[in-house]
Amino acid sequence: MGETIIQKLFRNRLGRPVKPGEIVVVDIDLAYAHDGTGPLAIDAFNELGSSKVYDPSRIRFVIDHASPSPNEGASNLQLKLRKFAKENNIKVYEVGEGICHQVIPENENLKPGMMIVGADSHTVTLGAFSLFATGIGSTDFAEVMTSGKLWFKVPEAMKVSLTGKLKPGVMSKDLILRIIGDVGADGATYMSVEFQGDGVKTLSMASRMTVCNMVVEMGAKNGIFPLDEITLKHVDASGLKDKSIFKPDENADYAVSLNYKLDELEPVVAAPHNVDNVKPVKELEGLEVNQVFIGSCTNGREEDFEIAARILSKKGVKKGVRCIAIPASRKVFLNLLRNGIIDKLVSAGCTVTHSTCGPCLGVHFGILGSGEVAVSTSNRNFKGRMGNPESSIYLASPATAAASATEGVITDPRKFVEGW
Amino acid sequence: MILRGKVWVLGDHINTDVIIPAKYKFRTGDFKELAKHVFEDLDPTLASKISKGDIVVAGRNFGMGSSREHAPRVIKEAGISAIVACSFARIFFRNAINVGLPVIEVKDVNKHFKEGDIAVIDLEKGIVKNETTGVELKFSPYPEFIMNIMRAGGLAVYRKRVQQIS
Repeated sequence: MGETIIQKLFRNRLGRPVKPGEIVVVDIDLAYAHDGTGPLAIDAFNELGSSKVYDPSRIRFVIDHASPSPNEGASNLQLKLRKFAKENNIKVYEVGEGICHQVIPENENLKPGMMIVGADSHTVTLGAFSLFATGIGSTDFAEVMTSGKLWFKVPEAMKVSLTGKLKPGVMSKDLILRIIGDVGADGATYMSVEFQGDGVKTLSMASRMTVCNMVVEMGAKNGIFPLDEITLKHVDASGLKDKSIFKPDENADYAVSLNYKLDELEPVVAAPHNVDNVKPVKELEGLEVNQVFIGSCTNGREEDFEIAARILSKKGVKKGVRCIAIPASRKVFLNLLRNGIIDKLVSAGCTVTHSTCGPCLGVHFGILGSGEVAVSTSNRNFKGRMGNPESSIYLASPATAAASATEGVITDPRKFVEGW
Repeated sequence: MILRGKVWVLGDHINTDVIIPAKYKFRTGDFKELAKHVFEDLDPTLASKISKGDIVVAGRNFGMGSSREHAPRVIKEAGISAIVACSFARIFFRNAINVGLPVIEVKDVNKHFKEGDIAVIDLEKGIVKNETTGVELKFSPYPEFIMNIMRAGGLAVYRKRVQQIS
């Protein structure tokens, strides 16, 4: 039986073939934690009895979740992170630099086939760069700081074959929501989700990051895109000897195989309170919206705001609706500032602010009131996720979010993009 | 290792945001304080009703969502001695083992328990019994190295003991 991509990546690392279910121990190339999980990782490091960080050059901290701090509790947790980083020579990405899953690929030397862990479930985002990336807890992070290694169970794999090209107004967010809706919130539990097919080359790196970001919402261990010309513009492949490891064998044993025709997809939303509660936007059109959030590690990149600005610049944000736009990093913010998108967003009535995870998980900037409805481009719509269990969250693409902000009700964005 | 406790029955897809809302973990790192908010968005009264040793029985995909290790730590701090569910989300499962909170997968377990029943779990034998109804269900016991982590009460204590011996 042939190998899946994840089997090949582990074989490449270990120098021997591996089978799904096998436990392997591998060196971790890069590990990062943030202000939500890092402080507990420091406690766990101390609980483990560790005294020295094995290799600080492979560890990063990012202060992005409650950033800048909204209260003294968070401030003190961040101080703890900074103090430990200083004592152990660990690089910190500070307040305003951006969300970890955006800042790491922008600033670090990513190589295809790397093994990356993050103390955040959305670390899977980095699989877009043809590498293995997965989320871990604080004790596991402490173990990586202690030994530089971690154990993994080699996962089974799900193959998602893509053909065709998305139509205007339909985004990669609609694709990943559709997949999650089809397989369910535990449909890929423990699996490596491997995207393949001709349709892949029509998706930009930002679009691929959106797709990989949300594989955890169907329980996956990681998501991975193949290595192609688009990937090579974003990674350092200079030391790469064997490109075939990013292509599965034809007779690879996939636990699940799915096919999607990109041109047949339509805008969808995940309705409250689970990400797999996916419905076509058409079914929910007309539902009143109080707040729209465009941003997060899922959809806070240049292309996301470009389409939002294009839709919003026609009529602006509907009076009475709050539209919050947060670029995923300072670099994204600057690019949008320089190409005039920020001007368009602010002129349209959006509240644009510095990079933070804030509203996505109900920490600060945009806590919902009781009975309020939000359309959000983030990744989770769990009860209470945006800070209030009495509110409702609909997850959508930036196009759907912008269309809904301009109409004040959930709106299919395709009517705004005719002729694009 | 035998655990006996009063049962709380929860549903499918219990996520880490309802286990411990993110807003609290950005206010304090004190787990006694955080434990007051366990399961708050599911049922605000639940935290005050949990007694030490109680057992959670749940449906599919328990612990889905965030990687926050606060979730199993808060559940443990609140007094819950074990979670028996039809299935678990991957990161939660691994975090729970690391912090010494027994998490046990038993097919259809939620069909065999009601709130207030008494559950008895034998981790070595792989048996969970509903003492109230007499129903016995089987599961695959943990491999020995995970049993040792459980007996120690978490990876940290286990690792220190191993280091002391060697």
